[in-house]
Formats: sequence, structure tokens, C-alpha cells
Amino acid sequence: MDHSGISVLFEGTNFTRLLGGLWVTVKIAGIALILGLILGIVLGVLRTFRNRLLRLILRLYLEFFRIVPTVVLLFLFYYILPKQLNFNLPADQIATLVFALWVGAEMSDIVRGALISVPKHQRESGLAIGLNRHQLYRYVLIPQAITLEIPATINLATRVIKTTSLLMLISVMDVINIGQQIIEANNHTHPTGVFWVYGLIFLFYFLIDYPLSWWAKRLEKRRLERTNG
Amino acid sequence: MADQILQVEHLEKYYQKRHVLYDINFSVAKGEVVTLLGPSGSGKSTLIRCLNGLEPYQKGTITFEGQQVDPTEKNWQQIRQKIGMVFQSYDLFPNLTVIDNIMLGPTKVQKQSADATRAEAIQLLQRVGLEDYADAYPRMLSGGQKQRIAIVRALALHPDFMLFDEVTASLDPEMVRGVLNIIKDLAETDNMTMIVVTHEMNFAQEIADRVLFLENGKILEQTPSKQFFAKPQTDRAQEFLDSMDF
Ligand SMILES: Nc1ncnc2c1ncn2[C@@H]1O[C@H](COP(=O)(O)OP(=O)(O)O)[C@@H](O)[C@H]1O
Ligand SMILES: [Mg+2]
Repeated sequence: MDHSGISVLFEGTNFTRLLGGLWVTVKIAGIALILGLILGIVLGVLRTFRNRLLRLILRLYLEFFRIVPTVVLLFLFYYILPKQLNFNLPADQIATLVFALWVGAEMSDIVRGALISVPKHQRESGLAIGLNRHQLYRYVLIPQAITLEIPATINLATRVIKTTSLLMLISVMDVINIGQQIIEANNHTHPTGVFWVYGLIFLFYFLIDYPLSWWAKRLEKRRLERTNG
Repeated sequence: MADQILQVEHLEKYYQKRHVLYDINFSVAKGEVVTLLGPSGSGKSTLIRCLNGLEPYQKGTITFEGQQVDPTEKNWQQIRQKIGMVFQSYDLFPNLTVIDNIMLGPTKVQKQSADATRAEAIQLLQRVGLEDYADAYPRMLSGGQKQRIAIVRALALHPDFMLFDEVTASLDPEMVRGVLNIIKDLAETDNMTMIVVTHEMNFAQEIADRVLFLENGKILEQTPSKQFFAKPQTDRAQEFLDSMDF
């Protein structure tokens, strides 16, 4: 039998399976981003407080997630910790957890950086009208920090989405893992299938990530124009 | 005296090792307008920032409305609602509209109803001629307009006492008068008690009841305004006035 490579994508349920895998990928990245964002804002705020010990602990947390490669983190949480600590979660939940903790760490640095770059006068004007610390953060500092941090946050999101390609290593049925299965199952009939499957996966990732990084650039440009003008 | 709103006694202030205020003693009576004059770097900003707890001080006491201030952050937060402060850099919150800037303190700190606060904010905006800008964002306003709104934002809390730190120093010359007139109106119409730091000597002469002259962190003299501008008690103050050639 002689099939052209591209037909492998549309044979049987292949295409819907790939879309299903893409959905798993997007869901893990999306939930991890939302949880990580919330965690990161809380930790970022705490890192602007005076308490030395608290700052040190949070700093170590950040460095840990920044230095240890994501693959190692995934293995650690999937293979090693469950045995040691005796907890068992399905692979996709482990992946969501690891990504959320990683996003939280990176986000805490972005939030802290944005908070301390809000001009000192803003803090003092807030205090001068009688705001307490909680109100100062809520109504003055955090809203201003958010506009500063949106581009960096979107860039982090694109990195997270790209890094989901590691999920197959802990056997999550993400888009790459499914792609790999399709390639292997059709290897004899469609020798060039690998090219088409990965081509499609490339297109999926591109369609998600490119608009995001375009958006980040545009926001940053607008912000610079606004502060200069 | 019973009608004193503020008393400062033996106040000393250091930035780390650096001594910047030396044995500061003065008081302000209800309705009085005190201008704080002195060369740049003499400690004027530091002093008025101490008065609403934005700077810690190392010795001495501040008594506000008959109560000696126990300088914890929580106490200062309460007292700041009674003391309005306007800074040189007009620091409206850029994330909020003009009306929300004004309403933030009354609604969130003092828990006033939004409707009553809004009505009053509009009235205050009318008073400074900016009612058309209620829904504008600060970036759309000129420096003079922002500074007038910063004054309104402080007034919305119904302070008993106002501190102005060189509020016209960063403004274009043609904007200065408008802002000064508002302060003057506040002194004359509302009988507001205030301490005004300014480099505008004509203005200081117009509104001050009394002048505190500060140099190198020390109060060199406290003189009734008429007398100070006619003939100050110290040579240093005379030199200062000469150097301001107004
Ligand atoms: N945050 C600070 N840290 C250290 N020194 C300061 C700080 N702020 C002001 N100073 C110093 O304290 C002195 C008084 O400053 P300031 O109160 O700003 O004077 P003025 O308002 O009269 O110009 C100056 O010598 C200034 O350099
Ligand atoms: Mg100053």
C-alpha cells in the first residue's frame, strides 16, 4: 500500500486524538498558570515585607524551582516523592502541581520586581490618606504592579506552554505523547508520518504561543509609549 | 494653650548615623498658618514628614489635638486621617480615575457611603474648577490640575490640619498661581490650620501668620510673619530673604 504521509493525520480518529492531546496540554498549562499566578502574587507581596526569615525562605523556594530543570522536577514529583511520602496522584495532576509551583516561583519574582518599582511617592501618598498596609497593596500598589508585570507574565505563559512538551516523560497523554503513538502505530503504512504529525504539533504550539508573544510585545510597547509621553 | 492643635517637643531625627533635625520645638494653634522656610537641605521636608509619621524620629514627642502620639504604625494610620498632606510630586494614583482617587480614602478608610462621598467629591472638584475631569485618568491632566486634585483628595477626608511640601515647585510657572490660590482660599475661607513649605516668598508673606526658619536642621527663629518679612531676628534669615530676591 502506498499512502501519502499527510493522510495519517486524518485516518481513523487520529485527528481527534491529537486534538484531545492538545486539550490535555492546554488544560494542564492553563490550570497551572492560574494557580501559579495566584500563588505568585501572594508570595511576591510577602517578599516585599521586612521579615528577613520569610524573605530568605521564599528566595530559596524561587531559586530551587529556577535552578532545578523542569524534567528533574517532574521525575522528582512523579517517581521519587510518591514512594517516599506515600501519596499517589495521577500523572496529569502531578504535572499541574509541578508547573503551578514553578509558575508561582517565577511569578513571585515578577510581582516583587513590579511592586518595588512602583514609585516610593505612590506608597507615601497612599499612607497619607490613611490607607493601612492591606489597603495600600490592594488599591494602589498591586494594581500598578500588574500593568508593569503583564508582559513578563505572558512571556512566562509561553515558556510554560512550550515546556509542556516534557509531559510525555511522565506518561501524561498530552499532544506529543499521542503524536508519538500515532507515528509508531502507522510506521509501516506511513513512513513519512512522523514529519506530518510533528508538523501539525509544531503548528499547534505556534498558533498558541505566537499570538501570546505578539500580545506581550504590543503591551510593552504601549506601556513605554505611555510612560514616555 | 487649649487651642493648640500640634505641639512638637525636643524632636531629634537621624537618617542612620546622620543627624538631620536638632531639638525641634514649636506648636501650631487652631486656624494658624505657619510657613516653614529655609535653604534646600535644611530639613523642611523631613520635619513635616515626621509630623504625619512618614518618617520615624528618634527622640522627642509630638502631641496632636491634645494627645501625645505613641508612634506605632497603627496609631499613625488613624492620625493621618486628620492630617492631610500634599507633596511636591503630584502623586495621584494612575490606576484610578480622578473621582476614584478622591473617593478612595473616604470610602475605604473612613467607610463613608459612596453616594455621599461622590456628591462631596464633585463639590470639591467644582471648587477647584475641575468638575469636568471627574472621570478622567491622571495621565490626561496637566501638572497644575493634578496638584489641585491632590489637594482635593486630601480635603475629602475632612482633615483638621494640612501639610504642604513645596507643592508648586515642580509646576510650570503659569500653573503656580492657581494652586496657591486654592491654598489661600483654604486658609481664609475654611480657616484651615496648616504648615506650608514653599519657595514662593510673596505667597508665604500673603498667607503666613508665623514663619519658622530652619537651617541645618535647627529652628533658628519663629517670628510673626509681618515682622519676619520686614526684619527677621537672625542674620541668617536676612541673608536667606536677600538671596530669594522677591
Ligand atoms: N531618605 C533620606 N536618607 C538620608 N538622608 C536624607 C534622606 N532624606 C533627606 N536626607 C537628608 O536630610 C537633610 C534634610 O533633607 P530635606 O528634609 O529633604 O530638606 P529640605 O526639604 O529642607 O530640602 C538633607 O541633608 C538630605 O540630604
Ligand atoms: Mg524638601
